[in-house]
Amino acid sequence: MSRTESLFRESAETQHKLLVAYLCVGDPSVEESIDLAHTCLEAGADILELGVPFSDPSADGPTIARASERAVARGVGLSHAFEVARAVCNRAPVVLFGYYNPLFVYGEARFGEDARTAGIDAVLVVDLPFDEASPLASAIAPIGYVPLLAPTTSQERLLTLGAHTRALRCPFAYYVSVAGITGSTTLNPVQAAARAREVSEQTSLPVVIGFGIDSAEKAREASKGAAGIVVGSAIVKRIEERASKAERKARVHAFVSELRRALDVPC
Amino acid sequence: MVAQDHNRNRQGYFGKYGGRYVAETLIAPLDELTKAVEQVVASSDFQNEWRAYLTNYVGRPTPLTEAKRLAKTLDPTGQFLFRLFLKREDLCHTGAHKINNALGQILLAKRMGKTRIVAETGAGQHGVATATACAMLDLPCEVYMGALDVERQAPNVGRMRLLGARVIPVVAGSRTLKDAMNEALRDWVTNVATTHYCIGSAAGPHPYPTLVALFQSVIGDETHSQIHAATEGLPDGVIACVGGGSNAIGIFRPFISEPSVTLFGVEAAGHGIQTPHHAATLTLGRVGVLHGSKSYVLCDERGQIQEAHSISAGLDYPGVGPEHSHLKDAGRVTYLSATDNDALTAVSQCARAEGIILALETAHAFSRIETCARKVAQLRKRPVTMVVCLSGRGDKDLSTLLERLAPTGVLP
Repeated sequence: MSRTESLFRESAETQHKLLVAYLCVGDPSVEESIDLAHTCLEAGADILELGVPFSDPSADGPTIARASERAVARGVGLSHAFEVARAVCNRAPVVLFGYYNPLFVYGEARFGEDARTAGIDAVLVVDLPFDEASPLASAIAPIGYVPLLAPTTSQERLLTLGAHTRALRCPFAYYVSVAGITGSTTLNPVQAAARAREVSEQTSLPVVIGFGIDSAEKAREASKGAAGIVVGSAIVKRIEERASKAERKARVHAFVSELRRALDVPC
Repeated sequence: MVAQDHNRNRQGYFGKYGGRYVAETLIAPLDELTKAVEQVVASSDFQNEWRAYLTNYVGRPTPLTEAKRLAKTLDPTGQFLFRLFLKREDLCHTGAHKINNALGQILLAKRMGKTRIVAETGAGQHGVATATACAMLDLPCEVYMGALDVERQAPNVGRMRLLGARVIPVVAGSRTLKDAMNEALRDWVTNVATTHYCIGSAAGPHPYPTLVALFQSVIGDETHSQIHAATEGLPDGVIACVGGGSNAIGIFRPFISEPSVTLFGVEAAGHGIQTPHHAATLTLGRVGVLHGSKSYVLCDERGQIQEAHSISAGLDYPGVGPEHSHLKDAGRVTYLSATDNDALTAVSQCARAEGIILALETAHAFSRIETCARKVAQLRKRPVTMVVCLSGRGDKDLSTLLERLAPTGVLP
C-alpha cells in the first residue's frame, strides 16, 4: 500500500478529514513555493497539490490562470515542480496537478522516472480523463493516477472507472464539485457532499472534493461527504493579494489553519 | 492509400491523433453530441433541412470558376499549368465557408434542446457565421474573440454585433484564437446543460473534428461533381489553406481516396519559418495536446504552447485539426507554408487577374499555386489541372490590405 493510501485509510479510521492544499509552482517564485508548501503543512494541510504552470489553463478560473501565466512567464515548468516536491516530500504526500501537454512533451517514461526520483506520490492531469490515462498510468508506476470526476459524470462511467482503479493505481478520486472552472463561486457544499458520497460508493475509492471551496464553512460542509477537501484558488488568491513575502506567508498560514480548525470540529 | 474512414481503430482517432483530452465535466456533453452526430446528423430529416438552408439561404452550390487569366499570369507559356479552377466559397452568404458548419451545428444544437450558443473566432468569419445562424434560428449567441483580433478584424466585430451576438474580447495570453478557444471552453464547462459550443475548426475533442469535416465536406462533394462536369475527370491537384483546417478537410475529403489527386495544404509562415513568428504547425510543430485533441502543436520543449503569428487572424493558431496530422504522417497530403508577404502578393495578383479579392487566409493557398502545379506537372510529366479552395473573401481585411499594399506601389 502506498503512503497516500495508508493516509486515507488511517484518516477514515480516525475520522480525520484530509486537507489538500494547492499551490501554483513558481508563483511568486520557486523558492517561495517551497516555503509556502512548508507553511501549508505547518498550518495543518495533510497533502500538497503542486500545480504545474501551463500556458493554456482552460480548466482554471481567473485566479489560478493568472498565477499560471505569471509562472510561465518566469520560465517555470515541470522541473521546478520536481524541485518543490523534493523539498517537501519527506513531510507529506505530494500530488502533481497539471495539464497533459507538458507531461506528454517531456515524455511519459522520462516523466515517470523523474517524478519517482522527486518523491511524487500521485499525478492528476486535468485534461486527461481516465479512459485516455492508461499510457500515462503505466509510465508512472508505482506513482498513482488520480481520476477527476464531475457532476456530469454518468453512472456508467463511474462503474467503468470502478473496474479500472487498480490498473490505474488510483489512491483516491478528486470530485469536481461544480460543473465549471477552478475558483467557481456557485458551489453548493451540501449537494457536493451528497454526490461525493455516491461517487465514493460506486468507485470504491476515497474521495476528496475540490473546485469552489473558499471558506471554512464550505470546507466543513463539503467534507461531511468525503475523505477530505482541496483548496486551491482561495490560497492562490491570498498569495496574489499580498505584497511582501512575510505577509503572504502569514495570510496562507492563517487561512489554512482556519480550514484545519473547521475540519477538526467534531460532527 | 488512406481510406475515407482512415484508421479509425479507436473512436475519435485518426491514426494516433484526435481523442478527447478535456476536463471530465465535458465528457458527458461530448457523448451527447457524439450520439446526436450519429443519430440526428445522419438522418434524412436533418440532412434535408440543412441542405435546404444551404441552397436557399447560403447560396449553394457555390460555383467552380475557371481562372484563365490567373493561370496565364502564373504560367504564361502553359508549361505546367493546364487549367486552374477556383471553388468559390467566398460567394457563400457571410463570405466564407464557415457558414456550412455553423448552420449545421446550430440546427443540431436546436434539435438537442440547447438554448444558448457560444463560439470562438479568429478572423471573425466563424463568429459571423455562427451569429448569422443564431439570428436566423433564434438562439442567443456569445462569441469569444482575442482582443488583438477584435482590433484587426473590426468589420466582423461590427457584423456580429449587428446580428445580435455578444462579442467578448479575450485579453489573456496572446489575445488571439487560442485564447478565445480557452475562454469558450471555460464558458462551456460552466454552462454545459444549456449551451452548445459551436467550434469552427476541424479541431477540438471528438466528435468535433469529425462533425466539422462532415459539414464542410459539402465543399469537396460539389467540387468533385463540378470538376467532372467541366473536365470529364478528376483534377490533378487540390490546394487549400490550413489554420485549424476546416476548409481544407472539407475540400479534401472526397479526394482522399483518389490516389491520382495530389493534395496540398498551405500553412501560414508569418514572417518566415526561419523566424519565431509563424503559424506553421504541421511544418515545424511537434506532437502534443491542445484544446482537446492530440495533434501537431507549436510548443516549446517544456510543453508550453507558443504564440503563433500570421497576418491572417484565421490562420494565427498554434494547433491544427487531428485529421491533418494523420494525413501528413500518412504522406497523403503535402503541407507547405506561405509568408505574410506571399499572401499579400497573392491578394493583389488575384484581384487584378480575376476581379476577386481574397481573404488573407485564402491568399496563402493562392500564393503556392505555382509551386504545387510545378510539382504535380513534374510528377505527371504534363501540364496539370488544379483546384484551389477560395475559402473566403477579403472585405474583412480591407484595412490591413490597403495599409500593407499601399507602400509597395501596387495600388493605382
